Amino acid sequence: MSTSPGAPDPALQGYLDSASTEPLHPAARQALLAALDRGFADPRRLHGRARDARLLLDNARAVVAECLDARPDEVAFTASGTDAVHRGLLGLARAGNPGGVVHSAVEHSSVLHALAWRDSPAHRQVGVDRAGRVDVAALEAAAREPGTAVVALQSANHEVGTVQPVDEAELPAGVPLFVDAAASAGRLPLPRRWSVLAASAHKWGGPAGVGVLVVRRGTRWTTPFPGDDGLDDPGFPNVPAALAAAAALQAVLAEREEVAARQHRLVDRVRAAVSSLPDVEVVGDPVARLPHLVTFSCLYVAGDELVAALDRRGYGVASGSACTASTLEPSHVLAAMGALTHGNVRVSLRRDSTEEEVDALCAALADCLAEIRAGSGL
Amino acid sequence: MSTDGAGRPVLELDCADLPCPRPVIELARALPGVAVGEVVAVLARDPAARYDVPAWCRMREQEYVGEDRSATGVPRYLVRRSS
Repeated sequence: MSTSPGAPDPALQGYLDSASTEPLHPAARQALLAALDRGFADPRRLHGRARDARLLLDNARAVVAECLDARPDEVAFTASGTDAVHRGLLGLARAGNPGGVVHSAVEHSSVLHALAWRDSPAHRQVGVDRAGRVDVAALEAAAREPGTAVVALQSANHEVGTVQPVDEAELPAGVPLFVDAAASAGRLPLPRRWSVLAASAHKWGGPAGVGVLVVRRGTRWTTPFPGDDGLDDPGFPNVPAALAAAAALQAVLAEREEVAARQHRLVDRVRAAVSSLPDVEVVGDPVARLPHLVTFSCLYVAGDELVAALDRRGYGVASGSACTASTLEPSHVLAAMGALTHGNVRVSLRRDSTEEEVDALCAALADCLAEIRAGSGL
Repeated sequence: MSTDGAGRPVLELDCADLPCPRPVIELARALPGVAVGEVVAVLARDPAARYDVPAWCRMREQEYVGEDRSATGVPRYLVRRSS
């Protein structure tokens, strides 16, 4: 199994949107191709091919459990990261009926959608500071309110990269903590204390369509959707994809320190270059952050224009600006931080992104900004 | 132009149907045209203006006064020139 990024893949040059989805890790590709032929059968059956599939699935679960410092019987594979969030959070909320969920204002939309779907007057949203870091004292105070059944806090923010102080929060006994770890799993050590955790394989270089749900033993959790009460994988398991997800996670953990240190330096480089451009504000914590991600907002520029201009120059980046969203609403994360929501760009590095690549991006960005601003006469 | 002591806007920018960042661009163009202490109002239906006008004020060290509604019911954002 490869433990070094090796030479950058020329086909991926300019793809700087790995926080949306990381390209498939070579270790995942290998595992996926092998398991497509060997792991097609129904692992619940009792014949030979079914046992083969069961073996692969058990292996995938054991590897993921070890990587996440959990027991295999605490881990379920779900249809997606969103599915893992919905099951994980709603399963806690249901078990703790009829209480509310305390959550940060910058949770992923899958968390907010789950809470809207199971609305409660006892839900409490807790604000963040300018860097996007949750107000821990306010979170603790809300958690102590009698109507609170669950606390939900992300490990790190998916849009601006700020790491949340999950382990700092002193929560009352009996109020379980749900952690959405999708943005940081495989990139940073996990928080130590949680009852339920959700993650998504394609964020760490596994295939899409594999969510991971971890429910600690002894947690009051029941499946919130039709099916058995236990933590069984819902539906027919995608055995090859689960195995590939496990192989990718194992591989990224083996290379994590080296990759994260390099990405952290490259992002520092982008932050410095971008900050020197006129009227550009870098958002998110400069130090306590995801290694691979940087977000900034450019005054007087529309986010969709900027994304399109960078795309024409060969760079694929994301944006939290309203004009790039299906809802036409600006990013609730940027809004909660008091950051400029227009002209927003999120750059997220691949494991093999290079200094030349990020320097070229910064040069292209300067050109795009000058061009667009000249067009608007500012 | 005299300062309106009641904090009423001396200038209203009709950006009701302009997408962001146009309301902020119009605000940046217009503010130098009023005296320090005077208030400019920006009409904007685009939901991003609710966050971007205050963010612009913070970045440009101008005073964000608050939000009300225009006579026609459009969200209106008030900015006092402070430098």
